[in-house]
Order: sequence, then structure tokens, then C-alpha cells
Amino acid sequence: MAAHTEDATRRDFLVVAASAFAAVGGAATLWPLIQQMNPDASTQALASTEVDVAPVKEGQAITVMWRGKPVFIRHRTKAEIEQANAVDPSTLPDRSARNDALPESAPASDKNRTKAGKEQWLVMVGICTHLGCIPKGQGLSDVKGDYNGWFCVCHGSHYDTAGRIRRGPAPRNLDVPAYEFLSDTMVKIG
Amino acid sequence: MSQHESSYKPGSRAEQWLDERLPIVRLAHDTAVSYPTPRNLNYLWTFGGILTFCLVVQIVTGIVLAMHYIPNDLMAFNSVEKIRRDVNYGWLIRNVHAVGASMFFFAVYVHMARGLYYGSYKAPREVLWIIGVLLFLLMMATGFLGYTLPWGQMSFWGVTVITNLFSSLDAIIPGLGTKIVQWLWGGFSVSTVTLNRFFSLHYLLPFVIVGVVILHIWALHVVGQNNPTGLDIKTKADTVPFTPYATMKDLFGIGVFTLLFSWFVFFAPDFLGHADNYTPANPLVTPPHIVPEWYFLPFYAILRAIPSKLGGVIAMFAAIVILVFIPWLDTSRVRSARYRPIFKWFLWFFFFSVLALGYLGGKPAEGVYVAWAQFFTLYYFAFFLLIMPIVGVMETPSAMPRSIAESVLGSGKPAGAVAAPEKR
Repeated sequence: MAAHTEDATRRDFLVVAASAFAAVGGAATLWPLIQQMNPDASTQALASTEVDVAPVKEGQAITVMWRGKPVFIRHRTKAEIEQANAVDPSTLPDRSARNDALPESAPASDKNRTKAGKEQWLVMVGICTHLGCIPKGQGLSDVKGDYNGWFCVCHGSHYDTAGRIRRGPAPRNLDVPAYEFLSDTMVKIG
Repeated sequence: MSQHESSYKPGSRAEQWLDERLPIVRLAHDTAVSYPTPRNLNYLWTFGGILTFCLVVQIVTGIVLAMHYIPNDLMAFNSVEKIRRDVNYGWLIRNVHAVGASMFFFAVYVHMARGLYYGSYKAPREVLWIIGVLLFLLMMATGFLGYTLPWGQMSFWGVTVITNLFSSLDAIIPGLGTKIVQWLWGGFSVSTVTLNRFFSLHYLLPFVIVGVVILHIWALHVVGQNNPTGLDIKTKADTVPFTPYATMKDLFGIGVFTLLFSWFVFFAPDFLGHADNYTPANPLVTPPHIVPEWYFLPFYAILRAIPSKLGGVIAMFAAIVILVFIPWLDTSRVRSARYRPIFKWFLWFFFFSVLALGYLGGKPAEGVYVAWAQFFTLYYFAFFLLIMPIVGVMETPSAMPRSIAESVLGSGKPAGAVAAPEKR
């Protein structure tokens, strides 16, 4: 009798152990199949781009590619900077600076979205934070929206001269990527 | 209910030999020949056959196109142009495939509207209906993936916008949405990597659809077909055998459908597409006005009607998922809207709302267009969540015929009809 009970327990153990082992094995097999879809090392390695911004005159803007995404570099006029500074960041739809170099809690002031001493240069990923369209506003004749910055025609988001969302469905300010000035006019993005 | 006795008689010794080992001929005979169908089916019931036809057309043309198409960002656009200009009959095969997608969705919308009007989602056909909703979702996924492949401006930006829908999850768990989007893209933007995997999945999903279609037909043959009266089959007099009656009617329906299909293929192959998709994809320029293919417009309008990114995405998916629950949301015991004098009008207005949403989805998201889209979105959900449960309880159904046979032949009872009046 005792042996019979022992047999049953032993079988239960084997079933549970084998099932658990099979489940772990199954999950381990699935992992490479999921992971293969993530950006690979060669894609991530293309993580920085250097740009000479010397030819960009005040009031002009250029678009460069970084990680397959457009990056807006705008040489802002005095008036545009003043316009951006005139806004109280606590009244904005998105109060975070969205600057890779700063913590998320940094307020969205114009100072926090540019580099000290280089306030005339605004560098941002040129992708609307709503659904990923490229906003208009880089060309001199483009529509720039109600706040003189950028305007996304897809679903009507207006960005100001510091690239902050002011009106429309976009939830966040345009992202400022990590970048640095290698010299006075050489910018390294990423 | 309509599980019927097999009437298959093996004609020869060879057939008998096979039948004892693999009764496949018996299965085909019972499914497509002797299967009893209600005698009062109208032409809306031919759309099941039409959809099967569409699926076969898409698979056959798709396999051929894959022999010439190149899923690479530098070559995809040109390979499609080469198919249209150089490949022997490539223009025909490509047009049939592109127009075929639209025809497929046109047919599925008619098929779904038929189900809604005649109450085909109600007991005992709930599982059949839910499998149908699953098929609709699979079709949408396949259509979306396929529209990426020509790699024109609309392809590229359509993918960008739709995959970015998942980034709205950042509002719940920061970073999660972005992670999912990068996983779907295989990079930091839509690229050749994305195109290649979408091609692979676009090739896979149609065969998944075939499998689920088999389940759909299986479920249909367990519970039996609904019919315009919504009454159950009671006697043999209510039915006719599938072959020749339904077979011939389906073939005639497919024939007429093919006329419409061919008109688009030969005279207006690009009418249902968008001119911007003949501009090669450019990651630096977004076209001024992005619209999905016409068959997604009602859902696109719902997405844009909600003034919040996450809210819009939830509403759009909810608009499809809610269909799963309507067998239980509809409280009426009468199936066919033909005998539901109040519900009928709400249903017609629902159909109108979906068409209106389709129109609004193609317009820019501003001013009155948004206001109207919000109104019709509200009605879309109210129809399922309020009207279906409430009207079902309140309404007094109008007089119904006592049987399917009576609805066709009048009250002079045909021989064999049993008096079993359904007073509900």
C-alpha cells in the first residue's frame, strides 16, 4: 500500500518537473525568434553623425539623417529665441524638456532645449511625436504653424520656435537627441 | 439541427475501398452536394462563395507576383514598375491583385452587413460569427502589410503612422510603446528591414486565413445557415440540397461579381488607390495628406475623432473588437431585422454612419469634419452598447411566417410541413 502511494507521488513529481522543463525550454526557444526582430548591433552602431553647420545662415535650417531619422538643425534668429523665452514653461502642454542630456523632470524652457552659449542652434529629431510624420517648417517658404516653428500637416500639430508642442494631438515636444559641438561649427549627433 | 445523415453512396468498388480508408469523397459530398440549405436564401448569401473566390484569386496572383517582386528599399518600387511594364502579363496580374484587395474588402463588408441585418450572429451561431471577426482582423493585417510592399510614399508613411499607433502605449508604461515600435521596425525608423519582414508576413497570413476559413465553414455546417426569415429549419420542405441549387446560385453571383472586378482591372486599375503611391518612398518628406486605403477609412475616422493619442487608438481597436460581443449585446429573440420594425431603422442608420465615417476618414482632420466624425463615432458605439440591448427588450416584433417554406410558398402548406408556429 505504502509503495503504491509513493509511486503516485513520484509520478506527479515527474509530470510536474517534465512539464516545467518543457515550458522553460519552449520559452528559451521562442526568445531568439522574438529577439531577431529587434535592431541589431550594426543598426545600433550607426548611432552618431557629424555635421558642419557653418554654411547655415541665420534664419535657415537643414535636415540631416541620423539613425534613419531626420534631424532638424535650425539657426534661429534673435526674434525666434525671444519668442521661445517669452513662454512660461509651466503653461505648456508638455512641461518636460525632452532633452536626452537632461533628466525627464527638467522644465521645457528654451535654455533646457539648447546648449549654453549656442542658443541660436536648435537641434531636434524631426519626427512628430503623434504618429511619426515629418513636420513642415524647415524650408523658408514652408508653413510654420501658428507658433512660427513647425506644423505637422498629417493631424495638425503646431510646434513653437523651440520645437515644443503648443496645439494639436501630439503628446510630447520634439525630442532633442544627445549631441555636442566638437568645434564652433561641427556638431556630433548621437 | 442541420446535422444531416450522410447520403453518400460509393459508386464503384474503388470508391468504396477509399471510403473505408479515408472518407474524403464522403466529406466533400456531404459538405458541398447533399448539404441542406434553406430554400429562401437571397443573393446576399452568395458572398461567402464570392469571398472564397477572392481569397483564391489573391493567393494565386500573389504567389506569381512574389516571383518578380524584390523586398528591398532600393529595388521594391522599381520591381513593381517592372512587373507592370516588362513582365509578361505582369500588368494584368498586378492589377488583379491590387484591385482584388479592394474587391475582397467590398465583399466582406457586404457579408458582414448581411450577418448584422439577418441576425446571423445570434445563437447558435456565436462561434461562427466570432471566427468571422477573427477573419476580418486577419484580412486587415494582410491588407495593411501588402500595401507596404510597393514602397511608394503612401506605403511608407502609412506604415510609419500605423506602426506608431503602438507608441501610444508610452502613455501607460513609459518606454514600452517605443520598444514595441522599434521591435516591429527592426531599427529606429521604417527601413528595408521592416519591408523585408512585412513581405514575409504578407506571404504567411493568407494561408492562416485559409485555415481559419476552414474553421468558419466547419462551424457553419454544424449550426446550419441562417436565412432571410431568421427561422430555424424545421422540415425537409424548408431546404433544398446545396448542389445544384446553392452551387449554381453562388457561381452566378461570382460571375456577376467578376464583371465589377474586371471593370476595375481593365478600365480603372488605379481608381481605388492613391496617386501619391506612384512617388517612391522618401523618409524625409511626408505627403501633405496621408490617407489609408478606402477600406480602412471608417476606422481611421474613429482614430482621429478622439482628441487623445491613446484614446484614439483604443477606440479604433474597440470598434472592431466590440463585434465579438454582439451575440450577447443583442437581447432580441428575433433574428431577422425584417421582423424588427424599430431596430431596422437604427440598423440602417448604423450602416449610413459607417459610410459617413468612411467619407470623413478621407477628409482632413479639421473643423466640421472632426465634429461629424465624433458624432458618428458616438453613434457607432451607442448602436452596439445601448440600442442593441434596449431596443431588443422594448420592441414588439411584427408577424412572422410560421416556417421558411411558408415564407416562400405562401400559407398553402406544402406536403410534409409540420404546424409548429413560432409565437415569440
